[in-house]
Amino acid sequence: MVTRGFFSGRRPPSDTDARIPPGQYLEQGFPVLSAGPTPRVRTEDWSFTLKQGPKPLKKWNWAEFNALPQSKMTRDIHCVTAWTKFNTPWQGVMIDDILADAGIEPPTAYTLALSFDGYSTNVPTKDLVTGKAMVALLYEGKPITPDHGGPARLLVPHLYFWKSAKWVNGLQFTERDEPGFWELRGYHMYGDPWREQRYSSDP
Amino acid sequence: MTAEPSPQSPWQAATITRIEKRTPRVTSFWFRPSRPFAHLAGQHVDIRLTAPDGYQARRSYSIASAPETGGGVELAIERLDDGEVSPFFHDVAAVGDEIELRGPLGGHFIWEESDGGPILLVGGGSGVVPLMAMVRHRTLRNKAVPVALVFSARVWDEVIFRDELIGLDDRRDGFDLVLTLTREPARRPSDYSRRIDVRMMAQAVERLPKAPRLAYVCGSNAFVSAAADALIGAGVPAGLIRTERYGV
Ligand SMILES: Cc1cc2nc3c(=O)[nH]c(=O)nc-3n(C[C@H](O)[C@H](O)[C@H](O)COP(=O)(O)OP(=O)(O)OC[C@H]3O[C@@H](n4cnc5c(N)ncnc54)[C@H](O)[C@@H]3O)c2cc1C
Repeated sequence: MVTRGFFSGRRPPSDTDARIPPGQYLEQGFPVLSAGPTPRVRTEDWSFTLKQGPKPLKKWNWAEFNALPQSKMTRDIHCVTAWTKFNTPWQGVMIDDILADAGIEPPTAYTLALSFDGYSTNVPTKDLVTGKAMVALLYEGKPITPDHGGPARLLVPHLYFWKSAKWVNGLQFTERDEPGFWELRGYHMYGDPWREQRYSSDP
Repeated sequence: MTAEPSPQSPWQAATITRIEKRTPRVTSFWFRPSRPFAHLAGQHVDIRLTAPDGYQARRSYSIASAPETGGGVELAIERLDDGEVSPFFHDVAAVGDEIELRGPLGGHFIWEESDGGPILLVGGGSGVVPLMAMVRHRTLRNKAVPVALVFSARVWDEVIFRDELIGLDDRRDGFDLVLTLTREPARRPSDYSRRIDVRMMAQAVERLPKAPRLAYVCGSNAFVSAAADALIGAGVPAGLIRTERYGV
């Protein structure tokens, strides 16, 4: 349906068109979204735990985690509220390297990312490994600010950005695909921006 | 607490049935969806505009009307002069136009009677819109729930829903309105003339007969961050604070 009288000049340049998923628009800033207040997590109090169900597999404190091999990823990110931002530069620890340090192979097909504020989000384990995702510690070369999820946030750039849990403090491997915080509240279980999987009723 | 989102919320055409200017920069639009839906106070809809060449722009707008008010939904849209979608509504949209929308959406920033009270609402600018739906819902459904609304606007003339809110405040039935104007002196004894801070939030909590069950904060990102921090400073547990950020 064409909207009467709508002729926006805000079209993205055609050479970038192919990088913008359906229903998204290009954003230069970096908007913030979250369900509650911004937690201020001190690095002294920070830790990261790998769990299988309720059972802890390995835990790192801030210094130990920062000593793991670090990688850089520059990616386009896509928020479900319809903005896309190009070339966001992150640095952190690949999930592959976290698993290697723990000396394990992924034990189950599903994962819940857990956060300090009680937030959680589900991601299939295969979307976290083989170079696809990291726990990011730096954005544009600087510590991630609290409103963007610092000191550490998950980065799964190929899925809608709510899957990139802020203030992340652990990954929990689960037997089943268990919905997290937003997924229980109507957001999609997988969240592929290229298939516009925003809400639970989207195919 | 959770409301299951309606299982199907596909795009559909909705007809604009009424347009009313609320403030110099905010106008309300009433939409009648071709397939009516039931919403909860605090939810939003997504709007999609399509240009002749297929280009689409999509934005979210909170529903201002109470779930009890039939005949469509009210959206209150603030004009951002250099924006893409909001000036379209202010300059082009007319009664009788069909606009595509999808909803209701959102399963967290909602208040239902069963959530109970007291509730503390804190809104900045157009961030008052979903809170207005909650206030209206409470008025129509259950006046036993104590509600305090702290509403920050730049000036008196930019207080959206002003007459309706003051009318509800005057009833003294457990709804308390606190206005804070950031660029003008206060006009009513209970009001403030400064940005939201810890002391203001502590005084808002004291207006309620007991500690709030839930607090809802909505507005620009900067507003929500400052107000949520002030609430925490005033002793409201972070876990009781729900936020909705309008992005930039
Ligand atoms: C859940 C939710 C509920 C909301 N509810 C409401 C509501 O009830 N009422 C309401 O008024 N708003 C609401 N909003 C905000 C709304 O969705 C829009 O963001 C808002 O109307 C601005 O859209 P726009 O297209 O007019 O401006 P945009 O085009 O998105 O621009 C927004 C601002 O960013 C700048 N900008 C962005 N891109 C560019 C660019 N390429 N070039 C230049 N400048 C740029 C502009 O300065 C402009 O002022 C809500 C948002 C959310 C997420």
